[in-house]
Formats: sequence, C-alpha cells, structure tokens
Amino acid sequence: MRVDQWLGLMTGILFGFLLQKGRVLRFEKQIGAMLLKDMTILKFMLSAILVGMVGITLLTDAGLATLSHKPMNLGAVLLGGALFGAGWAVMGYCPGTSIGALGEGRWHAVFAVAGMLVGAGLYAELYPFFQSTVLAWKDFGKIGVTDALGLSTWVIIPMCWAGVIVLFRWFERKGL
Amino acid sequence: MNVKWKTLDGGWSPYLAGSLVGVLAIVSVMATTQLMGKTHYLGASTTFVRAAGMLEQTVAPEHVTANEYFIKEKVRVDWQFMLVLGIFLGALISSATDRSFKLERLPPLWEQRFGSSLTKRAMGAMLGGIIAMIGVRMADGCPSGHGLSGMMQFSVSGLVAMGMFFGVGVLVAALVYGRNVS
Repeated sequence: MRVDQWLGLMTGILFGFLLQKGRVLRFEKQIGAMLLKDMTILKFMLSAILVGMVGITLLTDAGLATLSHKPMNLGAVLLGGALFGAGWAVMGYCPGTSIGALGEGRWHAVFAVAGMLVGAGLYAELYPFFQSTVLAWKDFGKIGVTDALGLSTWVIIPMCWAGVIVLFRWFERKGL
Repeated sequence: MNVKWKTLDGGWSPYLAGSLVGVLAIVSVMATTQLMGKTHYLGASTTFVRAAGMLEQTVAPEHVTANEYFIKEKVRVDWQFMLVLGIFLGALISSATDRSFKLERLPPLWEQRFGSSLTKRAMGAMLGGIIAMIGVRMADGCPSGHGLSGMMQFSVSGLVAMGMFFGVGVLVAALVYGRNVS
C-alpha cells in the first residue's frame, strides 16, 4: 500500500473507534437527534468542531495546512442538503456511520449502504442534467464565515465556544 | 453540569469521544499536509461514488471511463477510500473489545414503528439511501465533510449544509417516526 492509503486506513480506524465509543453509530441515536429526544450526536459533533476549529486555525495561521472550503453553490447546498436530510431521516445513517454500523454488527445497515451506492451511480448518470440546472443557479464560491463577516477567526472562536457550552448545559439540564 | 465520562452501556461520553475526534481531525490535517503534500479533511461520501464506479466497471467499464462525474471524482482507492474502510475496522475493534458488538436484524426503533418485516426495512433504507446520496453529492459533502470538516474551517457551505441536513431531517423524522414511538 502507498503512504496515503496507510495514512487513510490508520486515521479511519481511529475515527471508527471513536465513533463507536461515542455510540453515535446507532440508528436510534441519529433518529433520536432528529426527533429532538437524544442529542448524543450533536454533543459529539459540536465537541469535535470546537476542538478542531482551534487546531485548524493555529495550523493554517502557522502555514502548516491550508483551508479547503467546499463551494457555497446555493442551489446545490440547499436542495442537496434538503434531499440528504429527508433520506437520512428514513435511513437513519449518514455515509460514514453506515459503514461504522456494519462494523459493530448492525448488519441491516447493508441496505442503507446498497441504497447509497445506487444513489451514487444515479448521481453520476444525472450529473450533466444537474450541471445545467441546480448546480448552475448561483455559486458564491469557496467562502468562509470569517470573510463573509469580516471578523478574525480568533474573535469567532470564543463566541462559538460560549454559545455551544450554553447549549450543552441546556441539553444536560433537559436530559436530552 | 453533571457529566459522566462513561455511558451506562460502557461507551464514552459523547463530549469526550467527540473532542478526541477533534484532536484526530487536527492531527490528520497536519499529517496529510506533511506526508501527502496537500491538506486533506475528513469525509466519507466521495468514497461511495468511487465504490459505485468500481462496481459498475465490472459490468460496463467503457461506460464508467466515459462518465463525466466518474472522471471528475476519479475512480480509485485513495486516502479517503481507505479511511472509510478504516471506520469499519475501528468500529469492529471498539465494539468487540467492549462487548457492544451485536448482530442486529432490525434497528429496535424501526421495528417498534414498522414491525419486524426485513423487506420493509430493506426498501425503506434503500430508498432513503438513494435520495440521501443524490442529495449529498449535489451538496458536495456529508455530515463528515460538510458537518465536521466544513464547520471546523468556518465554511459557509458547511454551516448551511448542516442546517439543511438537520432541519429537513427533523421535519421528515417527525413525519416518519413521530407517531406511535415512545
């Protein structure tokens, strides 16, 4: 195996390990969050984001990494996001967690994986059509919140931490 | 806040496991930049495109070679492909060593709502999977790529995509599972 493949595999093993330890691979946790009854996946994701944002800002400030924003293509993100949300609510898994769910023995996730593979194939067939329609509406490009607001990342980070910690306290108080 | 580090079933607090994923994301950004010459961020959904391309190649290789989207995303076993395989292995290792590994025929919540038919679940999950994957490729990222990696970098697209994923997910979940579920 090449070095990039080894690196991917090692990173993936640690990622899968932590996803499983956080118990976020469960269908019940994903649907539970969407039913606003169990916020485990939100606690998990927001914790990762709070920690990650500090390190990534430090690394990019030091020139040790580059940002890689995905394009804010309006139609694509809004319509695509809505379609994903609808499918996610029925399937109960996202792409990464479906594979992890298989790893912890939840073999019914094969149906979700199979559906997503069919969906990927269909998207490849429909790509020219989407390119001339929804992908062509309005593209704001690869933009960051900091550019859009004209604020330094180091101003936004403490605000995010404060806001999310208030949210976490509320989750715990409500037993969510 | 009265937060326990372990959950009742022997898992870790989502705050702890999530924070460690944040550390992993930072280390991964640093490692990919150093070892691969280009910063790579955690993601999963492009791998489904590559895997679909590989499967199609077994029956119609010319069709895959000529497809614009497969050309764009490059059908090959890359860093992210191995990362997704790693997720499977990591979940297997974790669940096998803390005894939470369980062969499960149907998700308990699904069974409670739709009964014990495996066909029904297969149809539902496949239909959901097809719609979700079309959406996620259109939006160019999943809860890992847009949600975790995008929001860590303060991407506008990550924030908007995650809002749509979750907002529409809440509406549809209420319609699908809202009734008859305790």
